[in-house]
Amino acid sequence: MAGTALRRRLTWQVAKVSAVTVETASVRTLTLDVPDWPGHQAGQHLDIRLTDEDGYVAERSYSIASAPGEPVAITVERLDDGEVSPYLTDELRAGDDLELRGPIGGYFVWEPENGGPLLLLAGGSGIVPLRSILRHRERTGSTVPVRLLYSSRTLDDVIYRAELDQPASGVEVIHTLTRSQPPGWSGYARRADAALLAEVAWPAAALPLAYVCGPTSFVEAVSQALVQSGYPPERVKTERFGATGGT
Amino acid sequence: MSPVSRGFHRRRQDPAENAGRVPPGQYVTKDFPVLSAGPTPHTVLDRWTFSIGRSGQQKTWSWAEFRALPTQDVTVDIHCVTKWSKLDTAWQGVSVDTLLEAAGHEGPYAMAHCDGGYTTNVPVADLTGGKAWVAYAYNGQPLAPEHGGPARLLVPHLYFWKSAKWVRSLELRDTNDPGFWENYGYHIYGDPWREQRYAGD
Amino acid sequence: MEAVDGNAIGGLLCEVFGTEMTAAASVCGSCGAARQVAELAVYRPALGTVVRCRSCDSVLMVFVKIHDRTCVDLLGLATLG
Repeated sequence: MAGTALRRRLTWQVAKVSAVTVETASVRTLTLDVPDWPGHQAGQHLDIRLTDEDGYVAERSYSIASAPGEPVAITVERLDDGEVSPYLTDELRAGDDLELRGPIGGYFVWEPENGGPLLLLAGGSGIVPLRSILRHRERTGSTVPVRLLYSSRTLDDVIYRAELDQPASGVEVIHTLTRSQPPGWSGYARRADAALLAEVAWPAAALPLAYVCGPTSFVEAVSQALVQSGYPPERVKTERFGATGGT
Repeated sequence: MSPVSRGFHRRRQDPAENAGRVPPGQYVTKDFPVLSAGPTPHTVLDRWTFSIGRSGQQKTWSWAEFRALPTQDVTVDIHCVTKWSKLDTAWQGVSVDTLLEAAGHEGPYAMAHCDGGYTTNVPVADLTGGKAWVAYAYNGQPLAPEHGGPARLLVPHLYFWKSAKWVRSLELRDTNDPGFWENYGYHIYGDPWREQRYAGD
Repeated sequence: MEAVDGNAIGGLLCEVFGTEMTAAASVCGSCGAARQVAELAVYRPALGTVVRCRSCDSVLMVFVKIHDRTCVDLLGLATLG
């Protein structure tokens, strides 16, 4: 039960990587076999901890990509100058150990009883927790209407593209590609600004619930635009990933 | 101890290169990481002042007056407590010796006060004798705000948290009171060559 | 470096307080702004974690971990939880 998951002590444990899935050229999903997993809520994250032979420790947080009830999975974007992400995307393989703790978070979570209509806004790898929300919605049979606005640099950078091209009933997916677009692209081709949101977002009068996740600059711009368009601040939940959209 | 993560290693430095220039536990980087405890202040230059001296009796310069002081070009190595070192960094600034002479004060200790509220403490003996500057240019360009511009303290022989960004005054004191990070357990002095990262080191 | 928010320190807060804290209410001791912890501005310059009020930038909380010991300063808060 959700309440039980929140009260449980947060301790580090060793999981096994059971699969590595290629999402895009720089993004991998790691499916994990976690012996002592208490279950999680859609939108939560986990912390991972890497230790080298000299005892040096690096810790990072990653949103859980899978829905409650599915095997735990995280999606990691490789940052070229990253210390941890290249290890997770390029070195780690099925059978390796990965130390983690979780699930973590009680604010950026969605349960069907939270209702909607839902407005999900993803910048880059900010799609990860929102994908967990979408999968949870489908698995529970919720009929809450959803609009997802997903901002990516190019079409090749869209994570979970095949899945998002076949959204569940009641889910509308709108992409915007900010750096370059394929020939014949008729969709949005710029960063999410107030005008774009005005066309895509549920009107404030519909009393929507918004979840915004991605790089800090994306989250600030989008959440401010929503509040300015009439969304009550308490109905706009935000999760900032920092300048590089991950770690 | 946690299990070792197969194949994971931290950034390492080439030991043969730079031998003797890099303090223990450090690795050399070509980047210039930006580490901040708060938002970047943006102080308008015509309202910027720098002061030095004992509280209540400080000598103050406006930006124009400050820039009219004799300046020095220095190239130094810098060492961050988070283990990165950057070699041959080029700065332009006013020597703290110049500033103290103009103030006509003495005092065993100094507390740097900065826009945004950051503080750090340094013994005056470590700010004099050509060891420290108030720097306003880096690599021949005006110091960028995220790196401490308009001006930052530069004390390269100590860990770089002592080179306070957005510095506005050096307050001379009789006691070695801890600044922001020192208060939470970082070393009161911070000599990278003796690896004085934390209190008690 | 750009600030993140209180979501990023969910694990640290759970370590320190023994329970999930990102949804907890906070009130700034300087300006009185009320926000959930997840919505506070978080700076992590590797030396430590500094949590600031999004309205007035005052420091609300500081966490510094040295040798497995965590120093916790909550003096900037009027209330938490």
